[in-house]
Amino acid sequence: MADSTSILTARRSRAERRPRAPRRGRPAWVGYLPYLLPGAVAFAVVIGYPLLTNVYFSLFKWRGGMAPLRWNGLGNYADLLGDDQFWTSFGNSVAMIVAMVLVPTAIGLLLAAVLFDYLGRRFGERVSSVLRATYYLPQILPVAVAGVLWNWILNSQTGALNEILRGLGIDTPPNWLGDPATALPSVMLVLIWIQVGYPVVIFMAALQRVDPELYEAAELDGAGWWHRFRAITVPQIRPETFVVTLTCTVAALKVFAPIYVLTRGGPESSTLVPSYYSYLSFFDKSQVGYGAAIATVLTLVIVVVAVIILGLQSRAERREREGI
Amino acid sequence: MAVATSVRAAGTRRTGIDSRYRRGIGRWLVLAVAVLVGLVILAPFGIMLLNAVKSPQEYSANGPLSLPSSIYLDGVLAFWERTEFPVKLWNSVFISAVVAVLGALLSLLNAYAIGIGRVKGRLWIVTLFLLANMLPQEALIYPLFTMAQSVGLSNSQWSVIIIFTVIQSAFGTYLLASVLGTFPPALLEAAALDGASRWRILWQVVFPIMRPTLSVLMIFFFIWTWNEFFIPLVMLTTNDTQTIPIALASLQGDRMMDAPTINAGTLVSLVPAVVFFLIFQRTLTRGVTAGAVK
Repeated sequence: MADSTSILTARRSRAERRPRAPRRGRPAWVGYLPYLLPGAVAFAVVIGYPLLTNVYFSLFKWRGGMAPLRWNGLGNYADLLGDDQFWTSFGNSVAMIVAMVLVPTAIGLLLAAVLFDYLGRRFGERVSSVLRATYYLPQILPVAVAGVLWNWILNSQTGALNEILRGLGIDTPPNWLGDPATALPSVMLVLIWIQVGYPVVIFMAALQRVDPELYEAAELDGAGWWHRFRAITVPQIRPETFVVTLTCTVAALKVFAPIYVLTRGGPESSTLVPSYYSYLSFFDKSQVGYGAAIATVLTLVIVVVAVIILGLQSRAERREREGI
Repeated sequence: MAVATSVRAAGTRRTGIDSRYRRGIGRWLVLAVAVLVGLVILAPFGIMLLNAVKSPQEYSANGPLSLPSSIYLDGVLAFWERTEFPVKLWNSVFISAVVAVLGALLSLLNAYAIGIGRVKGRLWIVTLFLLANMLPQEALIYPLFTMAQSVGLSNSQWSVIIIFTVIQSAFGTYLLASVLGTFPPALLEAAALDGASRWRILWQVVFPIMRPTLSVLMIFFFIWTWNEFFIPLVMLTTNDTQTIPIALASLQGDRMMDAPTINAGTLVSLVPAVVFFLIFQRTLTRGVTAGAVK
């Protein structure tokens, strides 16, 4: 509020100097609207219009390109309900959330606390910052590049892992990415490897703002490390935990590149995810309307999940305030 | 309770390593576990390095863990030539750099109106931008693809640049608007008293002060765009326009790709990202922190 009044006074004083006074009764913010114009136009063209057009496409049967659009109403959505692959893809999204949110956040929380509060004190800052950088390394390379590397490591014939296993005397090592039973767990392990550094970095930054005296006080009261971790660390960095949960959950629901380079959704759809399924429908099966319907459902799921997480966050914040 | 105990603890405030902690064997055990986790994370990189410079014969004879007896560079050369790597490198640099600059510019303009201009309905605008950042790109891609075709931008890097400028600035607007919301009003007032227009205030008062934040934002935009996969995969269809991740992934199905070529390709592809990271590491960790707290 203070800002807007200052802008008002600023306007008035400028009007005194300049011969041309601004029109009376116009609020100050109107003058700033032109600055929003490029963003608004770009946003409408690149996001608003395509998003609506995609929903429109989802109401048709369309093979893409010059082919005619045939009205299908909600037919594509009705087909989705009876489509096993559709349900498989969203089932696999749950696995992606486990691999990209639950496991990395849990491990990341523990690692960050150990690095910050245990190793950092006993072996110095350097040790903990070198370890942190190591954990973060997979995060800086393009995820497609990481996927190509892992695709080779896990290759059944020439891959490094199976070469090593054969060297250890295992004659028929598993076909990690080629067997429906092992493909999804393998993909999940790769995703955990990629993801784990992100929460570590965020949580370690968060721990810097926790008052060290809290820990010291608890220590003097005889609380062990695990007790302090649960009673101080976890509650103190709850805001960051929500941020990590939100961003990683959205990323897990959107995951595409790792699936594309690791398994292409196979074998037998065992690693199919919604984004890859819609990509397949668009550009491989030429079922544009159907692909658009999958993408629309995915959008809705993401928005609903995001709203739920944000709701939980504000409820937790409210409770905390009331608690104090 | 917390106050009382913290007062009691105030006398023992420490800096650096406390001698109290220099005892016991338990700490070595914890360190060993933490280092082990680090080694597990590093292992794929190590295997890649070993096999990027190892000949295919030696790979099949001695396996992936042996040290190469001599440095074999044919894999690097094969990848370099097959993908025309300099072209891909330039494409990635060009697209990411232009997006970083344009995205930061667009974010600044939006944030100026929202954070300093305090336009009406700004909360809704910011929410809209945040939602846009969460959208799956699949929900935009087919219309964008047909739009690019109809305006003659199919297989053009400018289509990718325009799209990512908007997507990245959605996040940038959110971040910058909340930073500019706390901009010192005295500075704006003083500038307005001197008769500066909004345009001049933006460039001569706001921009210089926001420069550090903008540079963090540009580094983010650069890396994010560099790492993007889905939209470049769909929009860039020929060899001369593609980016590094797409080039590497499209070689994957190739039967002629042997272990050294794949590993050399991975190595060459991640070198720019690692170099960039090392150069900007300090700015970046500060940025990650800022992003988390916001």
